[in-house]
Amino acid sequence: MTLPKTANAVIIGGGIQGCSIAYHLAKLGMKDVVVLEQNTMCSGSSGRCGAGIRAQWGTEMNCRFGLACVEMFEHLEEELGMDCGLHQGGYLLVAYQEAEFEQLKKNMKLQNSLGVDTKVISYDEAREICPGLSADDAVGFTYHARDGHADPMLTTFAYQEAAKRLGVQFYKFTRCTDVKTLNGKVAGVTTNHGDIDTPVVVNAAGGYSQQVAKMAGIELPCFSERHEIIITEPVEQGVCPPMLMSFSGNYYIQQRPHGSIIGGCSPEGHPEDYENGNSWGFLEKMSQTITSLLPRTRGVRVVRQWSGLYNMTPDRQPIMCEADTVKGFFLSVGYSGHGFMFGPVSGELLAQKILGREPWISIEQLHYNRFEKGELIIEPAVV
Amino acid sequence: MANTRDEIIICRCEEVTLGEIREWIAKGYDTFDELKRVLRVGMGPCQGRGCRDLILREISKMTGKRVDEIPPGRFRPPSKPVKLGVLAKGGNDE
Repeated sequence: MTLPKTANAVIIGGGIQGCSIAYHLAKLGMKDVVVLEQNTMCSGSSGRCGAGIRAQWGTEMNCRFGLACVEMFEHLEEELGMDCGLHQGGYLLVAYQEAEFEQLKKNMKLQNSLGVDTKVISYDEAREICPGLSADDAVGFTYHARDGHADPMLTTFAYQEAAKRLGVQFYKFTRCTDVKTLNGKVAGVTTNHGDIDTPVVVNAAGGYSQQVAKMAGIELPCFSERHEIIITEPVEQGVCPPMLMSFSGNYYIQQRPHGSIIGGCSPEGHPEDYENGNSWGFLEKMSQTITSLLPRTRGVRVVRQWSGLYNMTPDRQPIMCEADTVKGFFLSVGYSGHGFMFGPVSGELLAQKILGREPWISIEQLHYNRFEKGELIIEPAVV
Repeated sequence: MANTRDEIIICRCEEVTLGEIREWIAKGYDTFDELKRVLRVGMGPCQGRGCRDLILREISKMTGKRVDEIPPGRFRPPSKPVKLGVLAKGGNDE
C-alpha cells in the first residue's frame, strides 16, 4: 500500500462520521480527500451500534438534528445508490416512573413545537404497535412513527462507496500515530504507512477521539464506555415492530427487517478499558429484560453478543468544531451513543464548516470550549 | 464475468452467493469481517462455521494472498445459539 504524499484533507476514522464527512466534502467539490482507518471501515463503534434513528429528544438542538436525520435517512438510498436497510417502525418510549413520564411529555411538547409528531399513547395502543408487549408496570408511553432503525454497516459502506465514486481514497489498517502542526496550524499526519502533508485533519476517531485529539495537543473531556448488545436468530416479523426503549428501564429492543431481534442496555460500571469485551452478566440480564417485555421470545435463540464504545462527553452532546489552538484541526466526536443516527447530517454540517460555509443547522454550541465555559447542553433522553 | 458458479450459495444461513462475495472482494472488501458486515456472511445461526473457510479461500484466490495472511475474522459468543428463556434463568441454579 502506498499512501499519497499530500492531501487536501485527511480524515482519521472510517466509521459513519468519517465516511459521511468524506462523502460530503467530495460532493461539495473538495479533491484529494483521504480517509484513514486503523482496522477496516466500520469496524469500530458504528458497526457495533444499536442502529436506532430517532427525533424524540429532550433538547432543541437534538430534536432538530434528529428530525433532519430521519428525513435524510428517508432519502438516503436515492442519494447514495445503495440500500441502507431503513425500517420506520417508530420508537416506543416506555416510562416506569411518574417523573420520567412527565419528562417524556415535556420532551414531546418541545418535539411537537419543532415539527416532530410525537404523541402520548395508552397501554392498549402500545400493544397494538407492539403486539405481545408486557409492560403492566409502565406508567406511560410516547411514540413517534417516523423514528426507526437502519443498517449501520450498509449505511457506512454506502457512504464509502459513494465517496469512492467521487474520488475519495480510503486506507484501511492505517493507523494515525501523530498529527503534525506548525505555527498553530495543521501540517500533516504520521501513520504506520508513512506521512501525508495536509492543511486539514478531521478527528472522527469515535472511541479513540481523545487519543487522536492529544496528538494535536488538545485535551478532550471525552471518555469511552463499553456497551454490550445481543442479536437473535431471525424469526417471523412482528415480534417487536417499533424500537422499544426505556431510560429508567435501561433497555432498547428492536427487530431488524431480516427478522433478528437486537437488544442492548447500559452496563453497570461502564468499563473504560477500550476492550470490546463480552460478559455473561449482560447476556443473562438482557435475556431477562427481553423475555419479560416480550414473553413469546423465550424460545428464540441468541446467536451473538458483542460490544462497542460510546464516546461520552460531559453533557452527552457531540463535539463538532475547529480547534481554537490548531487551525485546520476539526473534530466530529463525542456522540455519546448516537453517532450513527446523526452521521448523515453531522457529516454534511462539518463538511460545510471545513469548506468555510455556514452549516445549515448551527453547530456553534457544539465547540468543546463549552465545557470550560460551563455552557453544557445536557440531554435528558439517553440510554 | 458471469459464471454459473456465481449462483452457488456459500453462506447458507444468510443465503449469500459466490457471485456476491466475488463482487465485494473486487470492490476491496477483502477480509472476512468486511464481507460479514456488508453481506451478513457468517452472521447466521452457524456463525460462519460453514462459510468461513470457503470465503477465506476465495479472498486468497482473488487477492493472491496466502490464506494465513488474511485476517480470519472475529469469533463471538455464544459458540452455539442458546434460547433467551434458558439464558434468562441464569447459570447458577442447577
